[in-house]
Amino acid sequence: MSEQKPQTVPTTGHVWDGDLQEYNNPLPVWWVYTFYATVIFALVYWTIYPSWPFGKGWIGGVSKISYVNSEGEAKTHSWNTRALLLADMNKAAIAQKPYFDKVEAMSYEEIAKDPEMSGFVISAGKTLFADNCAPCHQAGGQGMIGFFPDLTDDDWLYGGSYEKIHETLMGGRRGYMPAFSEVLVGTEIDQLANFVASLSGIGHDTAKAAAGKVLFHGDAAGCHACHGSDARGRQDMGTPNLTDNIWLWANVPAADTDEGKVAAIRGVIASGLNRGVMPAWSGRLLPEQIKVLTVYVHELGGGQ
Amino acid sequence: MQTGQKDQSELYQKRIPIFTRSVKGRFRRFKTSVLALAYAIYFLLPWLPWQRLDAPAQAVLFDLPGRRFLIFGLTVYPQDVIWLALLLFIAAILLFFVTGLVGRAFCGYFCFQTLWTDFFIWIEHLAQGERPARMRLHRQPWNSEKLAKVGGTHALWMLASFWTGLTFVAYFTYAPQLLVDFFTGQAAPAAYITAGILTLSTYVAAGLMREQICTYVCPYGRFQSVMYEPETLAVHYDARRGEAAHGRAPARAGQRTLAERHEKGVGDCVDCGLCVQVCPVGIDIREGLQYKCISCGLCIDACNNVMDSFGFPRGLIRYDSEMNLASPVPAAPKAQWKNLKTIGYGLALVLMTAYLAYSVATRGSFERAVNQIRQPLYVVLSNGDIRNRYQIRITNKAAQDQTYAISARGIPADALDLGNFSEIIIKPGHSALVQASVRLPLAVAAQTQRFELVITPQGKPAEAKVEYVRFDAPGKRP
Repeated sequence: MSEQKPQTVPTTGHVWDGDLQEYNNPLPVWWVYTFYATVIFALVYWTIYPSWPFGKGWIGGVSKISYVNSEGEAKTHSWNTRALLLADMNKAAIAQKPYFDKVEAMSYEEIAKDPEMSGFVISAGKTLFADNCAPCHQAGGQGMIGFFPDLTDDDWLYGGSYEKIHETLMGGRRGYMPAFSEVLVGTEIDQLANFVASLSGIGHDTAKAAAGKVLFHGDAAGCHACHGSDARGRQDMGTPNLTDNIWLWANVPAADTDEGKVAAIRGVIASGLNRGVMPAWSGRLLPEQIKVLTVYVHELGGGQ
Repeated sequence: MQTGQKDQSELYQKRIPIFTRSVKGRFRRFKTSVLALAYAIYFLLPWLPWQRLDAPAQAVLFDLPGRRFLIFGLTVYPQDVIWLALLLFIAAILLFFVTGLVGRAFCGYFCFQTLWTDFFIWIEHLAQGERPARMRLHRQPWNSEKLAKVGGTHALWMLASFWTGLTFVAYFTYAPQLLVDFFTGQAAPAAYITAGILTLSTYVAAGLMREQICTYVCPYGRFQSVMYEPETLAVHYDARRGEAAHGRAPARAGQRTLAERHEKGVGDCVDCGLCVQVCPVGIDIREGLQYKCISCGLCIDACNNVMDSFGFPRGLIRYDSEMNLASPVPAAPKAQWKNLKTIGYGLALVLMTAYLAYSVATRGSFERAVNQIRQPLYVVLSNGDIRNRYQIRITNKAAQDQTYAISARGIPADALDLGNFSEIIIKPGHSALVQASVRLPLAVAAQTQRFELVITPQGKPAEAKVEYVRFDAPGKRP
């Protein structure tokens, strides 16, 4: 390697100022041919794929993408990634269509009994749920205490039959409870909270609970009007059962002490709530998608 | 040898063309038999019919869209990937085992590069004649004869390569249909691309590159060298006998018989050069064991033939070990298997083969996977009970519809809720999902860490499979 090669580089032949010459060191042959190959590649590429802007559009190229869209119209585009995506999406939609058609034709019970359709609902429902419902109800449908109801338990505010779940999905829901700090004083709210705690077997002050029971059934507070005289809630109004272990608004499970649990209940009674809003999905999702979700949600909590 | 400046500046040495002479003998017969057998299997297997209920009647069909390999009566699903792992392990161990005993036997007799190269050389021989004729043809200027012979050779190579590629594709789809579709332009793009790539690679590897693949490309040839032991049998030239005191010499007058040669101190090698002429990798075995040697044994055949014609004893080039050749009194060459390495490999080979055979023979007629639903891990129900949910996927690997029953052990009988699917019918090759939920009172839940889910195919209680699953409850830490 250390040996010096004889200097035999030719010059371009031009001579300036009598003695200035220029060496002629051409590019390596492989480089030149690679360059020519890229030129040819570009020409071929221009012919096949969209390339130059032209007027208000562009030169589309000879490669085309054809597909039948959801309205059944045949569409042909020059090749581009958007058309490629559309073609893929429509292909997938066409492959799914027989299943969705079956979903439309079958009753809820038939779908739940058919292994194949049940499998389809589990997988298609999971995707639909993740896209539309999971932001509030969470990925597994477990909801979030204080915000969104848990769909995986056996408690259904508005009813857990297929028909009721469908109704909830189609029309949405709006839960409301007035703020009782406006009509009751602090001690009364505390008494009510102790009474509600007693219903679920949470440690409480018996004297306060007894007073709370009177308040619950009395007309000043009027709790029984919505929650029922047995405090088990009314599904036609979406009022929760206060006697069970399910908590949506008052974060009772998170509190370690009985005082904390009662305080959580007190907070809800005092300030009421006006955020139990579920949007209506009838205009946003297709009927068969809502049907799939109905079966999926029914399956999540085991229905009623 | 002084190489010119031009050669020094080139990155690669120019290939010296090799024109192998054909030879007859034991090793040639063995190689030809292996070639015939391997080709018969490779080229005919996709055409072997095999009646099936739910798939094309092809004995060996790698059904990629169906996610299954159909091999005679066996259906292999992706879940059986352990078999592939075992097969690869067995192949690797077999290579180690054989190489330690008898050297690069895989390279010399079984490797597809060797087989296809051998076949391509046979085509070349068919079209252009024996070695001297081929050399003459190579040297002579281009004329119609050379064009026809060389062109014909390449055309035949192309044809053989194409059929190799097409046969490969035929393993992945119904072969008779593929043949029609392929030539009417109806086959899948993947079929054309695969056949095209394999045609080209076969043509280049077996026709043009040949021994360069073994020398420069293939890693196996190189790492097999490290498995050689001094006791390993390999193709060796007995230099002590061949060279004697004064080296090899042609069989001229006065040194024709062994007695005359030994008296003069001349070796038994008559320097005919046939061992070099038959060598497919273009080496001279008399220079000793070398990395290019694929150990095909053709030089042994060539030398034995020459020894026979002079009436000399055979085996001047033979399978022998380095140790035996170096010993003062060489014994008869023998495979030395009594060492820890060989016995260890042999044991691993037997164990793994037995395990694979056992695993295939006792494969279940169905596959199951149970996943606990982890979002949420558990649900507190209105009366304080705890519910866990599980997703059970059952794949029916049998050839007919099958009903499966799911039950639980280790929890109260009424705790398991399978919805509508306490029994489920699954079509062959299909999977079904069953959502199971288990509900336990808080006190029981706190005691239950695990329980068993039993999946029983109807009518085959012996094939029932048990899956151990977790049960989670509040307060428990994983």
